[in-house]
Amino acid sequence: MNRVVGILLASLVGALVLSVALGSVPLPLNRVLGALTFQSSQGDQLVVWQIRLPRALAAGFVGAALGMSGAALQGLLRNPLAEPGILGVSATAALFATFVLYFGLATAGPLVLPLAAVAGALIATLLVALAALRTRSVVTLILIGVGLSSFSAAIMALLMNLAPNPFSLADMVNWMLGTVDNRSFDDLLFALPFMAIGVAVLLASRRGLSVLALGDEAAEGMGLDLKRQRLAVIIGAGLATGAAVALAGAIGFVGIVAPHLVRPFLRYDPARLLVPSALLGGLILVLADIGVRVLPTDSELKLGVVASLLGAPVFIWIAARRRLA
Amino acid sequence: MKLLEAEGLGYSIDGRVLVADAAFALGAGELTALIGPNGSGKTTLLRLALGLLEKDAGSSSIDGTAVESLSPVERARRVAYLPQARPLVWPQPVRDVVSLGRFAYGAALGRLSQEDSEAVERAIRVCQLDGFEERAADTLSGGELSRVHLARALAAETPLVVADEPVAALDPRYQHKTMQLFANMTRAGRSVLTVIHDLDLALRYASKVLWMHEGRIVANGTPQETFTATRLRDVFGIDAQVLSDGAHTRLEISGPA
Repeated sequence: MNRVVGILLASLVGALVLSVALGSVPLPLNRVLGALTFQSSQGDQLVVWQIRLPRALAAGFVGAALGMSGAALQGLLRNPLAEPGILGVSATAALFATFVLYFGLATAGPLVLPLAAVAGALIATLLVALAALRTRSVVTLILIGVGLSSFSAAIMALLMNLAPNPFSLADMVNWMLGTVDNRSFDDLLFALPFMAIGVAVLLASRRGLSVLALGDEAAEGMGLDLKRQRLAVIIGAGLATGAAVALAGAIGFVGIVAPHLVRPFLRYDPARLLVPSALLGGLILVLADIGVRVLPTDSELKLGVVASLLGAPVFIWIAARRRLA
Repeated sequence: MKLLEAEGLGYSIDGRVLVADAAFALGAGELTALIGPNGSGKTTLLRLALGLLEKDAGSSSIDGTAVESLSPVERARRVAYLPQARPLVWPQPVRDVVSLGRFAYGAALGRLSQEDSEAVERAIRVCQLDGFEERAADTLSGGELSRVHLARALAAETPLVVADEPVAALDPRYQHKTMQLFANMTRAGRSVLTVIHDLDLALRYASKVLWMHEGRIVANGTPQETFTATRLRDVFGIDAQVLSDGAHTRLEISGPA
C-alpha cells in the first residue's frame, strides 16, 4: 500500500468516526466506541447504529463509487472534466426514480425507489455499452451520453411540470438535490452489491487505462483490447454510479474533483488513480455530510447542494489550468 | 517465415478507394521505407496490415499467423507500432510513458519486473533520453516528445517495429541518429518498417523501399533499383535527379514538376 492510499484511508476512517460522534447530541469518543461495540446505553446504540453510522457509511460509499467512476471515465475518455454521469447513467437513474415519485409508488416499499434508480442506471449502461460495440470513437460515446442525459432531464422536467400535487413535486425536488439523510443499513445492503461489482470490474481493467493515455491507436498497438476495455469501464462505472444515485440521489462534482486532486501524487497514471480517487471521494462526502448536519440552517441542507457548492468552483479551477490540450 | 506479409490488401471508405491490391513482405534484417505523397494511403496500409483496421479485401499475417487470429497482446509482442498521431493527455514523467511499451508483457506502472525495467532503460538510452526520465512529458519540445514515443515503441523489444513518420519532428542530427538506430537494429536481425517523407534518408538508410501512389504499391525494391527520375516525377510530382558516384547515391530535387 503506498503512502497516498495510507493517508487517505486513515483520514477517511477518522472522518467516519467524527461523523458518528457529531450531531444534534455530540457523543464523546468513548461513548462512540462503546456504542459501536454494544457496550453503552440503548440510546447511544440506537443513535449510532440506526442513524449516524449508516448515514456516514452511505456518504462514504457514494463518494467512493463516484470518485472511482469519475477517475475511470476520465481515463477512458482522456478528459479530466469527465464525470461519472457523463454517459447518461445518473440522469437516467434519476428519471426512473422520478417516475416512481410521480406515480406515488415509493410508498409501496422502502426499496422501490432505489430499485427504480438502479434499473434506470442499468438500462442507460446497456445502451451506452451497445453503442460502444458499434462505434470506434469515444466522442460518439460522449455525445450519446449527453443526448441520453438531456432526454432524461427533459422527461423529468415534464414530470415535474405535470406533477399531480405539490407533495410529489417536493419529493422529486428533494430527491434530486441528493442526500444521505435517513439511510438505513437496508438501503446500504441493497446498493452495495452493485457498487462492489462495479468497483471490481473497474479495478480488474485498470491497467488498460494507463495505455489509453497515449491514444486509442497506440493503445491498441500496445496490445489493449479496446472494445473489452471500453465495455469494462462503461459497465463498471455504470453499476457503481447507478448504485450511488440509488442510494443518495444526484450528487455532482465529487467524481470530477477527487481524481483531479490526487492525480499529481500518482504520477498522473490513470490506473493508479482509481483507489485513491475512491478514498478521497468518500472522504469529501463524509466531511460535506458532517457540514450539512452541523451548520445551523432553518430547513435541512442537502448533501448534493453542498457538494456542488464546493465542487463547482474547483471544476472551474481545473478547467482553467489544464496543462495539455 | 516473414515477419509481416500482406497480400491483395484493399480498403475503401464511402466509395473512395484508399488502398488497393497492396502486397508486401518484411523479412528479418530489413529496414524498409514506405514512401509516397500525402494521401497516398501509407498510414491506412500500415493499419490494414497490422489488423488495426478491418480490411475489405486481401490477407495479412504476422509470423505466418493471420492477424485476425492473433490477440492484441500476441500481436503487440511481435510488432511494435508507433502511430503518426501521438496524443498525450496527462503530464506523465518520461519514464512512465516509455514503460507503457511493456504493457503486452503484463507490466503495470509502478510495479515493473526486473526484465521490464531493463528494457525500459535500454529504450531510454538508445533514444538518448538519459536525464529526461523524470521530466513531465508536457515540458518537452516536439522533437524530444517524438523520441519519447519512439522509445515507448522500442521498449517492447519486438522483432518488428512499424513506425509512422518517426523522424518528422526531429532535427537533422536526430533524424540521422534515428535512422542509424534502425539500421543497427536491422543488422542485429530485427526488422523496421518506417513511413518517411525525407527521400534522402530513405535512399541512404533503407535496404528496401515501398513506393505508394494513389493507394497502390507502385514499386518495391532496393533504393538503387527504384529511385529513378521518372518515378520521382510520376509518384511525387517533382523534378529530381538521382546522382551516383559509385559508393553513394544521392538525390537532387530541383522543384515541383
